[in-house]
Amino acid sequence: MTAVELAGITKRFPGVVANHDIHLSVRKGTVHALVGENGAGKSTLMKILYGMQKPDEGTIAVEGEQVTFHSPADAIGRGIGMVHQHFMLADNLTVLENVVLGSEKLYGIGGRARRKIVELSERYGLGARPDALVEELGVADRQRVEILKVLYRGARILILDEPTAVLVPQEVDALFANLRELRAEGLSVIFISHKLGEVLSVADEITVIRRGTTVGTAIPAETSPRQLAELMVGSELPTPETAESTVTDRPVLAVEDLRLVAPGGKALLDDISFTIHEGEVLGLAGVEGNGQTELIEALIGLKGADSGTITLAEEEITSWGTRRRREQGIGYIPEDRHRHGLLLEAPLWENRILGHVTEKPNAKGVWLDIKGAQEDTRRIVEAYDVRTPGIDVTAASLSGGNQQKLIVGREMIHKPRFLIAAHPTRGVDVGAQAAIWDLIREARREGLAVLLISADLDELIGLSDTLRVIYNGKLVADADPATITPEELGSAMTGAASGHLENEELVEQLEEQADAPEDEAR
Amino acid sequence: MKKFDKERLLLAVAGPVIALVVAVALTSVVLIASGKNPIEPYTIMFEQASFSDIQVLIINQASLYYIAALAVAIGFRMNLFNIGVDGQYQLAAMMAAVVGAHANLPAVLQVPLLLLTAVFTGAFWSGIAGVLKVTRGVSEVVATIMLNAIATSVIAYFWLPSVFGVKVGNNNTTGEMHESGWIPGFDMGAAGEIYGLVVLAALLGIGYWVVLNRTRFGFDLRASGASETAAAASGVNPKRMVLTAMLLSGGLAGLAGLPILLGDSHTYSLNFPTGIGFLGIGIALLGRNNPTGIAFAALLWAWLDKASPELDFHGYDKEIAVIMQGLIVIAVVVSYEAVREWGLRRQQRRVGAELAAGHVLGANAGTSDNNTSKEVAGR
Repeated sequence: MTAVELAGITKRFPGVVANHDIHLSVRKGTVHALVGENGAGKSTLMKILYGMQKPDEGTIAVEGEQVTFHSPADAIGRGIGMVHQHFMLADNLTVLENVVLGSEKLYGIGGRARRKIVELSERYGLGARPDALVEELGVADRQRVEILKVLYRGARILILDEPTAVLVPQEVDALFANLRELRAEGLSVIFISHKLGEVLSVADEITVIRRGTTVGTAIPAETSPRQLAELMVGSELPTPETAESTVTDRPVLAVEDLRLVAPGGKALLDDISFTIHEGEVLGLAGVEGNGQTELIEALIGLKGADSGTITLAEEEITSWGTRRRREQGIGYIPEDRHRHGLLLEAPLWENRILGHVTEKPNAKGVWLDIKGAQEDTRRIVEAYDVRTPGIDVTAASLSGGNQQKLIVGREMIHKPRFLIAAHPTRGVDVGAQAAIWDLIREARREGLAVLLISADLDELIGLSDTLRVIYNGKLVADADPATITPEELGSAMTGAASGHLENEELVEQLEEQADAPEDEAR
Repeated sequence: MKKFDKERLLLAVAGPVIALVVAVALTSVVLIASGKNPIEPYTIMFEQASFSDIQVLIINQASLYYIAALAVAIGFRMNLFNIGVDGQYQLAAMMAAVVGAHANLPAVLQVPLLLLTAVFTGAFWSGIAGVLKVTRGVSEVVATIMLNAIATSVIAYFWLPSVFGVKVGNNNTTGEMHESGWIPGFDMGAAGEIYGLVVLAALLGIGYWVVLNRTRFGFDLRASGASETAAAASGVNPKRMVLTAMLLSGGLAGLAGLPILLGDSHTYSLNFPTGIGFLGIGIALLGRNNPTGIAFAALLWAWLDKASPELDFHGYDKEIAVIMQGLIVIAVVVSYEAVREWGLRRQQRRVGAELAAGHVLGANAGTSDNNTSKEVAGR
């Protein structure tokens, strides 16, 4: 019995075909994973299934019956529920209130609703506390509230969009236990992810989507992660691992006792100290919202430190403004390129000027050097493989990966001494990802110091020379990327472990075969 | 890449043209609804524009509108809404009139003194709103509206005979300015005189373009308007930029009343034109904050103003022109947003198509491998 059947779905957007001839069949009572890289078209497909967008071609059948959705309300009416990647909860309301909000007609807002919530929570092992305020809940609990919300509305088919992106490994296991409960009760789950290990462990069936179309299905028991990955990428996988260490003993950036306090008095950053040397990549691991954004803003000069010092190449820069810091060699790849890295409606060459307006070749004295900037933009476009028909098109008309390559090129061409790279490959296709990794590696060989912040633990472990873990605004642990595993890093990210992290088995192994090159040990 | 340039020009013209067509059509609907001929008022007004004395009036009026609209536009370019141009130019004109009536220097000093008085008064008045925004987070919209009201009271106070006022009949004035501060116009014979400061208006337009498009400061200002967050990350100090833009806008606004003050009225009286600051908002919108566009918009507005009184003599209400101005502003806002979105989408589509066809800058056609040329765009 199929719960959902999508056939021949095609969806065109300006400039691109987001989905093309998609076929997806989800059996009832199974967890069906939809995997593909960032930008492969997974989210668009799910928006179509959830009624947020209408397909240009193709059909949708729910439990054998052909349907057309005009809005999410239609989809909900058919028993389809969606748990979004970004939670949509009101922080200042209780779990009960959040669940009932918008569906007051179903079970009222009083005792009946509460009984229903408790019943659902018990049946599926969600452990919800109806009277807890959502703002007091952790990320994993919030996610369970989202799932509860969907179930409360009578969903029989759940779509989970990248549910593990915000979770640490231990929480992921708990989520998977919940999913198995749901499956046991006969519900169907569509699980969207690009993390292969997770998919193989939880899914009954896997559909792979690549460049907007479904390229194959797989049964986890018969598939290796490597096979799945190659199906997903369509070619050999790049790896982020760096070959040899280039770390020197010349400090480039030194942060000492940095402290940043929120208006209410809560410390956003506390007692942060670290040094990055020439040729060193310092990886910062942490669940989002633990102070990474504040640290970046303090380093680039958008927020002033409440105490502590920042030193760039033996010069104290704590009191410098953003412009002076950038002029003196701090490169910045922002975590949100649309908000902090680009002027979307300006042409590429103006975006090339952004952030470096006082520097050559963009300016001569107080005047802009438009010719110089345009010529240099052409150079960047060619050298960094930004795929565009020209430099006069707006930044908004480029794909995410090409926007990112433009930003990376812009920062690198000014030969920074210290680079802040926040999620440098987020939302970027695999080709661009490999290219960006190469660029960081190359610059590091030439003596660049890098602070790498990423949610992708493989990227962190692979690129970094040193790892630090940030939790609640404090650096709680450090680790050697050559010996650490993502799971260990994950437990430190929840605050469960601190100090120097070591994988004992691995260290023993290494000691036994002392001649083995370090980074192959992983 | 010329075709993207051409396209940008097409888009720039499409917005106002659509807005004007819609506004004319709707005005005609109003005329039909009130049982009037929907075409004749336009022919009357067009005919007016062919008379040289009306042309002089139009140019003179447009110079005031132009400067006021530039002042509004400079705020718009960085997402600041200076509604206070009205108060700023009136107060500035009055201060210039007062100084002009009391100081008597040689013309080479007197004229710059009056111009600077106006600039500084306007900048001071807008600067209050700027400081409030930067230090206390007060919305500049609210602050400048309030300052307009206060400016009216300040002007009324200055008009008191015990302060700077001189009563002429029933009229309040600030007394006649010394002749050294008068600026001679261009004599057009029987048609009248074009204000000398029309030249200043043109120079300000050129200066506006050069500063915004050719200087580092202009880039920072435009970046702040396009994305406050990206500008801050690029090194713009947002507070300083807000204050600077407010001061610039107010300084420019201060000059808006001077063409008529120094060229014709030579005193600040009850007859001095009011409301130019508000008209400037609509003109800046119609002109897309672009100095050439604003020039056309200012002339259009001045034409509607100066050609419409004739309508009264033909059995039409001259308020038709006001209706039309209002409709233009509404149509402009809608059509610009529509054209902007359409243009953005169209460009995305074309970039996608060009990439798919292998037209990639720096790569020879055909060498782009299949893997990358079919990339999915992220927005």
